[in-house]
Amino acid sequence: MIDINAKLKEIGPYIPEEDDDLLVCRCEEVTKGEIRKAIHSGLFTIEELRRFLRCGMGLCQGQTCGLLTRRLIAKELGTSVHEIDVATSRAPMRPVLMDEASRDHKGE
Amino acid sequence: MKEAEVIIIGGGIVGCATAYYLAKKGMTDVIVLEGSSSIGHGASSRNGGGVRQSGRDVRELPVAMCAVEKFWPGLSEELGVDTEYTQEGNLRLGKTPAHMKKLEALAESCQSMGLNVYMVDKEKAHEINPYLSDDVMGASFCPTDGHANPLTTTLGYYQKALSLGVQFYTEAKVASLRKVRGQVEDVILDDGTIFKGKKIVLAAGYHSRAIMNTIGLDVPMQDVIDGCIVTEQEPVMFKQMLGCASADFYGHQTRHGSFVFGAEAGGEAYMDIAPETTNFAHPDTLGATCRGVEGYIPKLAGAKIVRSWTGWCDCTADGVCVLGTVEEAPGLILACGFNGHGFGTAPAVAYMMAQIALGEKPLLDLSALAYERFC
Repeated sequence: MIDINAKLKEIGPYIPEEDDDLLVCRCEEVTKGEIRKAIHSGLFTIEELRRFLRCGMGLCQGQTCGLLTRRLIAKELGTSVHEIDVATSRAPMRPVLMDEASRDHKGE
Repeated sequence: MKEAEVIIIGGGIVGCATAYYLAKKGMTDVIVLEGSSSIGHGASSRNGGGVRQSGRDVRELPVAMCAVEKFWPGLSEELGVDTEYTQEGNLRLGKTPAHMKKLEALAESCQSMGLNVYMVDKEKAHEINPYLSDDVMGASFCPTDGHANPLTTTLGYYQKALSLGVQFYTEAKVASLRKVRGQVEDVILDDGTIFKGKKIVLAAGYHSRAIMNTIGLDVPMQDVIDGCIVTEQEPVMFKQMLGCASADFYGHQTRHGSFVFGAEAGGEAYMDIAPETTNFAHPDTLGATCRGVEGYIPKLAGAKIVRSWTGWCDCTADGVCVLGTVEEAPGLILACGFNGHGFGTAPAVAYMMAQIALGEKPLLDLSALAYERFC
């Protein structure tokens, strides 16, 4: 059981850092500062951060920024990156034309 | 043991929004229990984003109309989060005379409840959406329908409730309810932790059924898996929500530019779903959805899919949700069984659940949606 309010108190408020304008998710242009701020608003999982900020939701589906985002969560929450769940992988792993996907064995 | 005036089981949109409306009314002694690690883990985030009144069952339609009239228009400002609410109408498409007959019947039943939904001919349908296939012979149109972003809306309610002092727990999986002197009072987690509340709101999607079972009651519902596809960012094509008489597909273009489309291949409802699993889909859903979309909007054959996902619908025996108090379980307030279309109504549902928890008379008469209809 995770007590969100207690955890928020424990980690303290969001404090801006000099490199907060660094792009973490290049596909969707989400910065380090946006991610850090969202963590301090109570979003502690990559699932929630993806939904709120779209980081990892673009063309590469988080293959580049997934680990970076998890590292940010771990750092802000004061834990190890191994404690932070990875994002769920979604098919197709590379962008596929709708026209191609429509011609599966049932549609041919 | 922890105590609060109101314990809400389920950190989805209904749970978070109920907590927010309680806090807004001055009641901040509220605890929300989410079973998974993430707020909005279930159908609250896994849905097509429809804010739709047309095509609804007449028992549920007043709730949807109330949500559109009273809650959605100012919600972004109220929550301080962009809900991306877009009120550009819902176009429900038909390709055959049988489709058109079905659309007319649906429109008539909604008109009888005072909803402005009307039939449009081929020319008008293509004027509203110039990308439609030539096969589309007409449609029904409800200009006050629309869509919004379920992800930001659900998390927006959560953040706002949190900032007003509501207490949230995640990974707090409810194992059972317990009555104390006839009153539902105790909420017991799987690790044995007990939460005690004067009112208990149960809004845990399909899980509500197993939780109800622990006090000897049952909600006749099934969990049905459903899938969606998401395209890459595309130039703006159209702003209305699309659906069709044949249920070949539904969906819209998001503010971001990507399209979200849902459809069924047919076998999904009969799939044996591994509990808690979220990362697989029925193997036929993706292809069927693409064929559905292409059949109505040929231009999108050239769009690329970047992601597909699945979610569960808590489908009741009679196709509408279960709302309000339960005679045999004093203290309990039920909000579940949304049948895959609970997102659009959630703000109004949650507001009324907050009203009931505070002993106020809800905005609408909810008796047609009461649990007792199954008894």
